[in-house]
Amino acid sequence: MERAALRRRLTWQFARVVEVVTETARTKTVVLEAADWPCQLAGQHVDVRLTAEDGYQAQRSYSIASAPEDEHLALTVERLDDGEVSPYLTETLRPGDELELRGPIGGYFVWRESLGGPLLLVGGGSGVVPLRAILRHHRASASEIPARLLYSARTRADLIYHAELADYDTTLTLTREQPRGWSGRTGRIDRDLLSEAAWPPDQRPLIYLCGPTGFVEGVADALVSLGHEPSRIRAERFGPT
Amino acid sequence: MSPVSRGFRGRRREHVEAGRVPPGNYLTPDFPVLSAGPTPHDAIERWSFEIRGEVDEPRSWTWEQFTALPSESVTVDIHCVTKWSKLDTSWTGVSLDTLLGDIDTSAEYVLAFSDGGYTTNLPLEDIRDGKAWVAYEYDGKPLEPEHGGPARLLVPHLYFWKSAKWVRGIELRVDDQPGFWETYGYHNYGDPWKEQRYAGD
Repeated sequence: MERAALRRRLTWQFARVVEVVTETARTKTVVLEAADWPCQLAGQHVDVRLTAEDGYQAQRSYSIASAPEDEHLALTVERLDDGEVSPYLTETLRPGDELELRGPIGGYFVWRESLGGPLLLVGGGSGVVPLRAILRHHRASASEIPARLLYSARTRADLIYHAELADYDTTLTLTREQPRGWSGRTGRIDRDLLSEAAWPPDQRPLIYLCGPTGFVEGVADALVSLGHEPSRIRAERFGPT
Repeated sequence: MSPVSRGFRGRRREHVEAGRVPPGNYLTPDFPVLSAGPTPHDAIERWSFEIRGEVDEPRSWTWEQFTALPSESVTVDIHCVTKWSKLDTSWTGVSLDTLLGDIDTSAEYVLAFSDGGYTTNLPLEDIRDGKAWVAYEYDGKPLEPEHGGPARLLVPHLYFWKSAKWVRGIELRVDDQPGFWETYGYHNYGDPWKEQRYAGD
């Protein structure tokens, strides 16, 4: 297993909000200017800390949406209605505000050219965020390793980065609607869709799988049952069981 | 000194003030799942728990032997490095004291190992004296695979990545060998009350 050394102490840093971009009704991308930000690897995440007037603090982790090559650091955040931090980041935060950040964090769910491929990215819902960072990095580094994204969302309106993803080898599927004029797939990312749209197991794709727990468990089980090696599947899960 | 986040108020502080949630963590009623790869589903007939490494005679138990060992039921608070804490979780399993018994070893560290290749390292003293279990029931029911079943390590006084899912044994070691997340930038020891999340904390 590859060993990425990350021994530097991670300190809290200030970042200034440059822009807040609406991606979907529930999802926004917070674009940040972070002066001393160390270059992250594609797929890593960051801790965000908020401080209330009485000194109370809350921390959460968010995937980095931007590629290491991008000018600004970007986080795409989905608003959880009962959340403590995500409603603030998506509804209250404005350009010019400051955030405290710590990171980049996580050395396993990352992709770089030397890890090879073919690269299969499978995302559910906002699980597409770190995969988008990997795709942007793949493009920016002019990698010739084949890369493909399978992305499922509930409805067309829930698709994050919809326009941008048209630029990549992407299979989109909608699980809760079949809108008129929709040219992508419908239904879950299951065994059938994987055997058709993913690289076959004998090509030993390197697979990055990110989404809600149930999604990741289902897709990972399907991939293993199709013959993909568990050690070639890197997963990141979020949300309750 | 952290700047005030304009318009941020925050909530859910009652347990934080009661001292049951470590700094930087928040309470969740859910039980989030975090694992680096697919959930293993191996046949229970092939399961064993081993103690190996710095020991004269390695020990090994089959599932049947293991679940026949004296068990303990404990209710503990658990704290994940990804910020969630969950209070009063109930587990049943075998205490590491029972498993280690009167083993004579010069080891000061252990490396727990799991199905799927996961490892995590701990000082031996952190799994002795009623501080650690190999748990196979959660909330009165067999432990679900996604939560580490058939059996996981339970070391509630450290961040929960130390409580290795799908654990298959421990290696007793003279030297401290960093495990999986410890190699990828997470803290070597992981005390939630000192907020030892990442290397250097």
